[in-house]
Amino acid sequence: MSAPASISPPALAGAEAAPDWPLGGTRSDARPPGEPRRVGYLYLLPAFAVFAAFVLVPLGHAFWLSLWEWDGVSPGTWVGLDNYSDVVSDPALRRAFMHALVLIVFYALLPVAIGLLLAGLLARVRVRGLAFFRTVLFLPQVVAMVVVAVMWRMIYDPQNGALNELLRTVGLGSLAQSWLGDFDLALPAVGLVGTWVWYGLAMVLLTAGVQKIPPSLFDAARVDGAGMVREFFAVTLPALRGEIAVALTLTTIAALRNFDLVYITTKGGPGDATSVPAFQVYSRAFESGQVGSAAALGLSLTAVIFAISFTINRIAERGGR
Amino acid sequence: MTSRRELSLTYAILGVFSLIAVLPIVGIVFTAVQDQGELAAFGTFQGVHLDNFADAWRDGNFGSYLRSSAIVTVSVVAISVLLSILAGYAFGLMRFRGAQVLFYVFLLGLMVPTEAMIVPLYYDFRDLGLTDTYWALILPQIGTSVAFGTFWMRAYFRTVPRSLVEAARLDGASSWFTLWRVLLPLARPAVLTMTVLLFMWTWNEFLLALVMVTDEGLRTAPLGLSFFQGRNQTNLTLLAAGAVIVATPVVVLYVFLQRHFIRGMLSGAVKG
Repeated sequence: MSAPASISPPALAGAEAAPDWPLGGTRSDARPPGEPRRVGYLYLLPAFAVFAAFVLVPLGHAFWLSLWEWDGVSPGTWVGLDNYSDVVSDPALRRAFMHALVLIVFYALLPVAIGLLLAGLLARVRVRGLAFFRTVLFLPQVVAMVVVAVMWRMIYDPQNGALNELLRTVGLGSLAQSWLGDFDLALPAVGLVGTWVWYGLAMVLLTAGVQKIPPSLFDAARVDGAGMVREFFAVTLPALRGEIAVALTLTTIAALRNFDLVYITTKGGPGDATSVPAFQVYSRAFESGQVGSAAALGLSLTAVIFAISFTINRIAERGGR
Repeated sequence: MTSRRELSLTYAILGVFSLIAVLPIVGIVFTAVQDQGELAAFGTFQGVHLDNFADAWRDGNFGSYLRSSAIVTVSVVAISVLLSILAGYAFGLMRFRGAQVLFYVFLLGLMVPTEAMIVPLYYDFRDLGLTDTYWALILPQIGTSVAFGTFWMRAYFRTVPRSLVEAARLDGASSWFTLWRVLLPLARPAVLTMTVLLFMWTWNEFLLALVMVTDEGLRTAPLGLSFFQGRNQTNLTLLAAGAVIVATPVVVLYVFLQRHFIRGMLSGAVKG
């Protein structure tokens, strides 16, 4: 089973990320860049043309749209950067970003904590059948988010949902309720679906990392009489810095881009209890005719995603030196 | 703690979390094969009624949804893989002015979420009269897919032994011949990993399809499922059967090619 030799998320380590291929290549970026060839432009051209037309041009157009107040039909009004100041001042949008922060706890922090728990244990024992567990733990990742959402709506259903049935079976029927319909519970309920989707990835990622720690490091700690807890904080946790950064980046981006799940399970409700930025982009652009605001929000979301990924990985790198 | 107790604890944690991962999935499969006449409840087992899938297929129009998904996914993946190999080859093994800058532009595109592009994309395609066509689903997804694919193939080509390329060149092979006859046979695992990831992302895409098409005949499988849920509030069993139908192609691929899925996702792969 091959685990990546060097794990680094595309965005930041970008150029340096080199998954280990069965060829067994060496770390490659130490080498000089390739031979000089003009023909490179020709090979690049088709991909770049499509990329420019359907990513770069829309991004530029999004910025242009974000400077207008426009309902998508009638002529728009120039408002300059007002749509951006609204992102900060509009209470509805502020709440959406607050909800996204709560979701980061469920999508990113909780899964990584679960993954670390397992990694800490795996540092001390060797288990058989890890490949099997890995296959199972990874399964939620490959199921379409729409299917996941339909599934969890059934589980959370107030009448005959599996969660309420389970509570009644174990004698906690008084706790049974409308999970997605409650103002306080809807957001954590949606968040827990995110936890369910992502903890497997965090576990597999951190487990792969822990198995690459040289045993001598653990031996040294044990000779010094370190217990399980000290060993975790002194050896395992620092050694997993890179993997933790990758896991946090992936899951945080997923939390911020959460649209499918909210759209299917709650449509942002009840009230705006589960309204998140990605959902607001859709709702403003295609339901309430605030196209400029939606464009500004989409770009702000992109900026937040850039900033958070960059910060996480900066911290991870600095910790290493 | 003795190591025996630590071992049991590790197995317990692995077991419990594996169970939590798999139970909802087992639950929806059980629900999908329930007796439609009985009182349906999520996850209860009431025998195996495979004809539910036929009913869902017919009532939910899933035949048409899967057809659209297949057309979109195959087009996006085939074209993106081809373009990504070419661009990754250029970035990985050739040197030309601006290569670095151009590569960083691609990297930037990797992190841009669909949410940022969906608004202008919709109005651009509407102005061109291309909403409610397969083009509106295929072209934007090729754009985001080549950003990932180029990044991925560049990383691969950087690991190719330089001597291999030089030897081919000394033998008088053109860059085109070197790519397809010398390098690509070795690149099969990398290409396969990229292909399964792009397949999964494209098959599961929802927001673009939701915005771009209103024609029932063009709806992709995830979009079709969400509409089926909207108009079918009563028959839990058929909804579950529909959900299973939509999830199955990727899950089957995962069962056969799980190493590629896991390796790809563990490398921190994201797509806009």
